[in-house]
Amino acid sequence: MSVLVYTESEQGKLKKVAFEVASYAKAVANLLGTTVTAITINTEDTSELGAYGVDKILNVTNEQLNTFCATSYAEAIKQAAQKEASKVVVLSSSANSKYLAPLVAVSLNAGYVSNVIEAPSNTAPFTVKRTAFTNKAFEQTAINTEVKILGVSNNAFGLVEHNGAAAVESFSPEISESGVKVESVDKASNKVSIADADIVVSGGRGLKGPENWGMIEELADVLGAATACSKPVSDLGWRPHGEHVGQTGKPVAANLYIAIGISGAIQHLAGINASKVKVVINTDSEAPFFKAADYGVVGDAFEVVPQLIEKLKAFKAQQ
Amino acid sequence: MKILVCISHVPDTTSKINFTEDNTLFDTNGVQFIINPNDEFGLTRAMWFKEKQGAHVTVVNVGQVDTEPTLRKALAIGADEAIRVNFKPADGFSVAKQLANVVKTGGYDLVIAGRESIDYNGGMVPGMIAGLTNINFVNTCIGIEVEGNHATVIREIDGGKETVRTSLPLVIGVQKGIVEESDLRIPNMRGIMMARKKPLTVLEPVESNSETTSVIFEKPAPKGAIKMVDTDNLDELVNLLHNEAKVI
Ligand SMILES: Cc1cc2nc3c(=O)[nH]c(=O)nc-3n(C[C@H](O)[C@H](O)[C@H](O)COP(=O)(O)OP(=O)(O)OC[C@H]3O[C@@H](n4cnc5c(N)ncnc54)[C@H](O)[C@@H]3O)c2cc1C
Ligand SMILES: Nc1ncnc2c1ncn2[C@@H]1O[C@H](COP(=O)(O)O)[C@@H](O)[C@H]1O
Repeated sequence: MSVLVYTESEQGKLKKVAFEVASYAKAVANLLGTTVTAITINTEDTSELGAYGVDKILNVTNEQLNTFCATSYAEAIKQAAQKEASKVVVLSSSANSKYLAPLVAVSLNAGYVSNVIEAPSNTAPFTVKRTAFTNKAFEQTAINTEVKILGVSNNAFGLVEHNGAAAVESFSPEISESGVKVESVDKASNKVSIADADIVVSGGRGLKGPENWGMIEELADVLGAATACSKPVSDLGWRPHGEHVGQTGKPVAANLYIAIGISGAIQHLAGINASKVKVVINTDSEAPFFKAADYGVVGDAFEVVPQLIEKLKAFKAQQ
Repeated sequence: MKILVCISHVPDTTSKINFTEDNTLFDTNGVQFIINPNDEFGLTRAMWFKEKQGAHVTVVNVGQVDTEPTLRKALAIGADEAIRVNFKPADGFSVAKQLANVVKTGGYDLVIAGRESIDYNGGMVPGMIAGLTNINFVNTCIGIEVEGNHATVIREIDGGKETVRTSLPLVIGVQKGIVEESDLRIPNMRGIMMARKKPLTVLEPVESNSETTSVIFEKPAPKGAIKMVDTDNLDELVNLLHNEAKVI
């Protein structure tokens, strides 16, 4: 009956999002009067999970799972859910979790709701709040099946600490051969990804050309932020497609989103609106972004950004 | 190669989102409908396979008669034929079940769907089709080449990309990057005329219950006023972000 949560790791280390989904799973377990079991895959140190409400850890160590494979990971999660007789399975909104979630749902005959932003508002019928219409609205959705799968949005629920320690058990699911083989992975290991970032610094067409992105990257560096861009910027090839955010790009749900030289078109705003605090820097005080932001600076990015970098460096040095 | 492109019929990206019937129904009043952008990218890639590798391209939508103009637009862009499964979508699972049935009976080699639709944002239909039909699946695709029975697919991952090798039949969830923006096609007069003559088959649905139900919609609370900071007072911005917003 335990609530099962898949706590992701990368190169053996738990990701920050693992603690957020664990916190969420604990909230669901409290509502249902049950415990939380986490499944970890090739994770070296699982000890921190107890502090986020996990009671038991099913720790999988399997060479076959060294590179991510959706079907194999889905099999492992399904078998863990069956072993624990879980009625609720909690997953994150990482690209990998969103990839495997529908496969787990089909194999467990479970209803799946993605982009969940709050703890269930009701347990009978089991009802959760999710974003819809690319953040232009919310929907309360009821799940009718016995087993329920919840994909929790990043940075929506936050971290909740508990006093506890988790018992670790090793778990060996049966994994069949997958029809999809990873040939190569191309990933900048020193950069924060948009999905994992607390802060995102984003540039638009107002920056005039790719040669001007140095200051955007420097600002991101100072803040430990990921870099992003508006759609025309990636269409023009100034920045890679992977940085395009918005309704037709990546969604951003950061704590802080800084938009520089971005007008704030409805398609752009839809995709970044789930961010908690928004700052806009734009020469045009009439730009629609000023209606959507929390803090605004009317000014030329080429003057404001270098100054802001200096101020932030001074601030960081003080901390 | 037989390709099936799943087409979701969604409100235009500029639409204001409103609800009726005590906030239980999306208000379609005055809303323009378009091909879901991710599906348009997928359809454009399918056109490349048609022109370069002689693929036959079928587009499919699960929906009621009001979605037919969207399917006709896909035909005008160049698809060879269209299927509409006459079913009112209730949730991602019920749609996937209808599509899985089309996939099984049609013997398609490649099924292209969008990574997510911009209305429901479920991000689940392609994966569920793969799960229900038990065929290979790659999500968040930004590149695909097919040679004989093998496919090489580039997939976006958080913070980078990876290249995978797999075999047909295959389901892919696609997104921007699978084609260049400049490759997107606007239907021309000839395409529109030809689309009228292309077959659009209406299939009756298989039985499928929904696993989730929409209870009620809510709109975001109106935003508070913006605080403006002068360009010569950026210390204040740092101060506000630290002490007031507590994000740095
Ligand atoms: C179907 C569809 C889907 C779309 N999806 C997306 C999406 O997902 N994401 C997205 O971003 N867009 C999307 N768009 C495009 C969107 O409509 C806008 O065209 C786009 O967001 C504008 O990008 P921008 O703000 O960078 O450029 P612009 O609109 O050209 O704005 C540039 C801004 O920079 C300011 N500026 C100029 N010089 C300076 C300076 N020196 N310092 C500071 N500011 C300066 C200007 O005042 C202006 O406000 C989509 C459009 C369509 C039709
Ligand atoms: N009613 C539908 N008819 C056909 N294809 C659909 C339908 N709904 C969703 N899809 C496909 O599934 C993708 C993902 O949708 P979703 O899971 O709703 O985010 C879409 O981009 C379409 O390719």
